[in-house]
Amino acid sequence: MNAAVPPAAGRFLLSGNEAIARAVWEAGVRVAAAYPGTPSTEMLEFLAAYPDVDTHWAVNEKVSLEVAIGASLAGARAFCCMKHVGVNVAADALMSQSLAGARGGLVLAVADDVGLSSSQNEQDSRYWGRFGHLPIMEPSDSQEAFEMAKMAFEISERFEVPVILRLTTRVCHVKALCVTTGRREERPATGFSIDPNRWVLVPGTARKRLPLMFERDAALAAFSEETELSVLMDGTDRRVGFVSSGPAALAVREAFPDAPLLKLGFTHPLPMGRIRALAATVDKLVVVEETEPLVELEIAAAGIAVHGKDILPRSGELSYDVVRPRVLRLIGETVPESDLAPAPQVFPRPPTMCVGCPHLAPYYVLSRMRDDVLISGDIGCYTLGAGHPWNALDTTICMGASMGIALGISKARAESDANRSVVAVIGDSTFLHMGMQGLLDITYNRGNITVLLLDNRTVGMTGGQEHPATGRDIHGDPAPQIDFPKLVEALGVKPERIRVIDPYELPTLANAIREETKIAEPSVIITNQPCVLIDSHKRKPPFVVNEDCNGCANCLKVGCPAILVTRRETKVGANGRTRELAFVEIDTPFCTGCTLCVKTCAPKAIVEAQR
Amino acid sequence: MTGITNIMIVGTGGQGVLTAAEILAEAAIAMGHDVKKTEVAGMAQRGGVVTSHLRFGPKVLAPAIAPGEADLMLAFEVAEGLRWIAHLRPGGLAIVNTMRLIPPVVSTGLYQYPDDPLAEARARSARLLSLDAGAIAAGLGNPRLGNTVMLGAAADHLPFDPAVLRECVLSRFRHKPGMAEPNERAFEAGRAATAAQSAA
Repeated sequence: MNAAVPPAAGRFLLSGNEAIARAVWEAGVRVAAAYPGTPSTEMLEFLAAYPDVDTHWAVNEKVSLEVAIGASLAGARAFCCMKHVGVNVAADALMSQSLAGARGGLVLAVADDVGLSSSQNEQDSRYWGRFGHLPIMEPSDSQEAFEMAKMAFEISERFEVPVILRLTTRVCHVKALCVTTGRREERPATGFSIDPNRWVLVPGTARKRLPLMFERDAALAAFSEETELSVLMDGTDRRVGFVSSGPAALAVREAFPDAPLLKLGFTHPLPMGRIRALAATVDKLVVVEETEPLVELEIAAAGIAVHGKDILPRSGELSYDVVRPRVLRLIGETVPESDLAPAPQVFPRPPTMCVGCPHLAPYYVLSRMRDDVLISGDIGCYTLGAGHPWNALDTTICMGASMGIALGISKARAESDANRSVVAVIGDSTFLHMGMQGLLDITYNRGNITVLLLDNRTVGMTGGQEHPATGRDIHGDPAPQIDFPKLVEALGVKPERIRVIDPYELPTLANAIREETKIAEPSVIITNQPCVLIDSHKRKPPFVVNEDCNGCANCLKVGCPAILVTRRETKVGANGRTRELAFVEIDTPFCTGCTLCVKTCAPKAIVEAQR
Repeated sequence: MTGITNIMIVGTGGQGVLTAAEILAEAAIAMGHDVKKTEVAGMAQRGGVVTSHLRFGPKVLAPAIAPGEADLMLAFEVAEGLRWIAHLRPGGLAIVNTMRLIPPVVSTGLYQYPDDPLAEARARSARLLSLDAGAIAAGLGNPRLGNTVMLGAAADHLPFDPAVLRECVLSRFRHKPGMAEPNERAFEAGRAATAAQSAA
């Protein structure tokens, strides 16, 4: 991503992610690390375009946080960002570093995917504040994201604590006008101070740090009562008062402009005194918070009557049209039935693999041997293999899980599964993120798994980022490049069980998968064609369908979006059975010339286009 | 909210919906408005539905447009225009590209593409203008000009001078030799295509 550095101070249309990158740079951060994950990815991409910050992609979220912690201990301001599920990976470091605290300002920006546009769950990152005794800040738009991100470093240094900046998709990816100062605070690293009683967390140290953490909690709670990061927006309609934060607070203000709203920017610890004061002035208090009822339960536990999830949904975004009618009913207004016409029923358009995607071939092969295999999947574009027309994934949980899940399935195999081989499918970046350990577990514990390592040389799903096997760093500059065959051999896979295959050579790939699944040893088949969306992809001449097409529709089983049906026929055979025929054409402006459909075409009707 | 204009731009991944929304946002900013623009495009590059919401006016709070509140919908694909037609407010205007993009779930027979999505959309919206932006662009010699054709089609239906939008479109091509002139023609062709129709 070529994010040009905006010139000096100014008012720009910035996404929340861009605004935070800008703030991180202005705050004088020296080290920033992340692993890509929607909707957090662009923060680091934009930051990489700024000078004087050591910005890099880490192999996973845990390492990225550890790098940021290390930089903080060295006395520099440090930043790390990740999507909500990334914190699960980083939690080991986060939960313990809370005891030791921070030196240079340390901010962790966490992007929650409220509404699940691109994630496997909808977990609420605000829990980490409660769990880890950490302050949480929640901006609602780009301007607040910019200002709060800068403030977060100051709060981190003042209280010597890592700060969580909790974002949601509707902050990260919403563009809004944002005024920036255009200046970078120069904050050189102050140097590592050797202090084993603080930085070496052994039981004796940690035990002494616990009371200090509780003192910090109290100081943060006092700060929460006074900080201008939380604002009471007063109103004359006292039938209802609101406590809210993030984009939900904007929806509340829009839906009830005349009702008082305590808009929390600093959301953990809660300013219970301010909440109690608001509650005393309104007939009903309503907490509008996205996903879990954290704030609501804490307010209820403080003995204040409160509404929240009794009237509002537990999942998804709390937008204007969701909040308004529910609260109106609560305060006794009659809400007319919606006079909106129901939305028309239109076919779904699920995300699918791209035209000519190198993942099409492995899933075509697996879909042809469906009865012979159980397939554990992983997180990436190739998770789409679970969908139509391949239906060739049986599990997906989290980053790297394909390995351990496959081993567990094979170890516990029931009689009914005895004839099925177990296959694990994982992408290049996911393998480096958390798959390597699982493969080591497979080889060490004598597992019999066929691993398909789909190396498309990029982090595809998040838009094409670099990783340790692409040979480039976040700036696109040459970087040390890991060698997958050597890596998997070092992890214990026998050299003769490692194959590197061009996935567009369909028969070769199919034979390799069939052979390896029959051999009772761990094997790794590495596909080696790049993502069609990255620069190193080479487009070849497109294909067309001639008059020899017999309607067999086998090419459609590849699942390439460039294969279009021109007409369908129902044919009754000599044996009286009917067959559905589908005659096709190739959408040549999109065709990449990968040849996969050619290799599935028995009548040889798909041919190279005349140039 | 008073004084807020709500515009939806809808289509599929890779069609340029987000860029078009960005250009419209720039035009609104040039007119001195507060602006918020949002989309859900998590996996949009993979052929999924893309919707962009643009709101502008004196002060914009929430970024998303509630169902039934869009003043204008710009649909880059005809079935997507039908999908989102209920997001228009009563009296809102739909400008629909008649291009059809067939997803694999339709190619492989799992779902049907509507026979006449334009007629269905028209039946649901009092005000609808349609154009074949792809054909207009191809007629100008470059199918990639379709986005500019669509922006031109919208230009006379915004609460500000169409010249402001045209300037924002053309400024994108200022440093790309030979691109400004075809885009200007595409913009004007889009304007002409909708000017010739009555939305009533």
